[in-house]
Amino acid sequence: MNYINAFWVGGLICALVQILLDRTKLMPGRVMVLLVCLGAVLSAIGWFRPMQEYAGAGVSVPLLGFGNVLFEGVKKAVDENGFMGLFMGGFTASAVGISAALIFSYLASLIFKPKMKS
Amino acid sequence: MAQQKEEQKKYEQYVKEVTPVHSLPQNMAKAFLVGGIICVIGQWILNIAKGYGLDKEMAGAWCSGILILASVILTGLNIYPKLAKFAGAGSLVPITGFANSVAASAIEYQKEGQVMGIGCKIFTIAGPVILYGIVTSWVLGLIYWLFQLM
Repeated sequence: MNYINAFWVGGLICALVQILLDRTKLMPGRVMVLLVCLGAVLSAIGWFRPMQEYAGAGVSVPLLGFGNVLFEGVKKAVDENGFMGLFMGGFTASAVGISAALIFSYLASLIFKPKMKS
Repeated sequence: MAQQKEEQKKYEQYVKEVTPVHSLPQNMAKAFLVGGIICVIGQWILNIAKGYGLDKEMAGAWCSGILILASVILTGLNIYPKLAKFAGAGSLVPITGFANSVAASAIEYQKEGQVMGIGCKIFTIAGPVILYGIVTSWVLGLIYWLFQLM
């Protein structure tokens, strides 16, 4: 059942990152950058695909998946357009994630007022 | 001086008392639970999208888009920050955590104006993630391209 695999693999990744947060001085921003870069590397060495086949959203919903999408995009663009593809694929593949985050966040800033931190 | 020192000691003890002590295993369990649930929701969206006959890429796009929208709304309603307090990495690691930090900075800095406020601060987290993501995948892509030549 793919829900069970998604649950335990996704949960495990989060639990491992929790060790990083608690035991090192890494700030959330750095953790996110690290995960995206790691995802791209896993994708490039061919480990991401089998992981994704097993766990589905368990590896694609964590930011590792964003790194994978970036590299997959670059690879596809290089296959199609050669050298210039190196400069095309990343943004093409990550367009939905980046645009959605920016557009929805901008709209949210028009609608919501800052809240006091509790 | 002596009084000041004593006060400082008292204060230090007070800080120790009010700082919540969380054990690492407990934090990991919370992160596991919440992170796992967010991934299951993602899997659910993926399955529905595939049910509509979308390919893997489009299903993934719908999954990210919907999770991001949900996270931005929950951030605006101040619900996601509360979840983050409980879940730690469980809410940070999924793409919803990325969306949360983008939305949170956009909302928080709206008072500083459209350009220098929202415009700049919306990239506080998004900027580094996009920059290093793009550069890393470019370098890896370059290696891939060189291998193709040989």
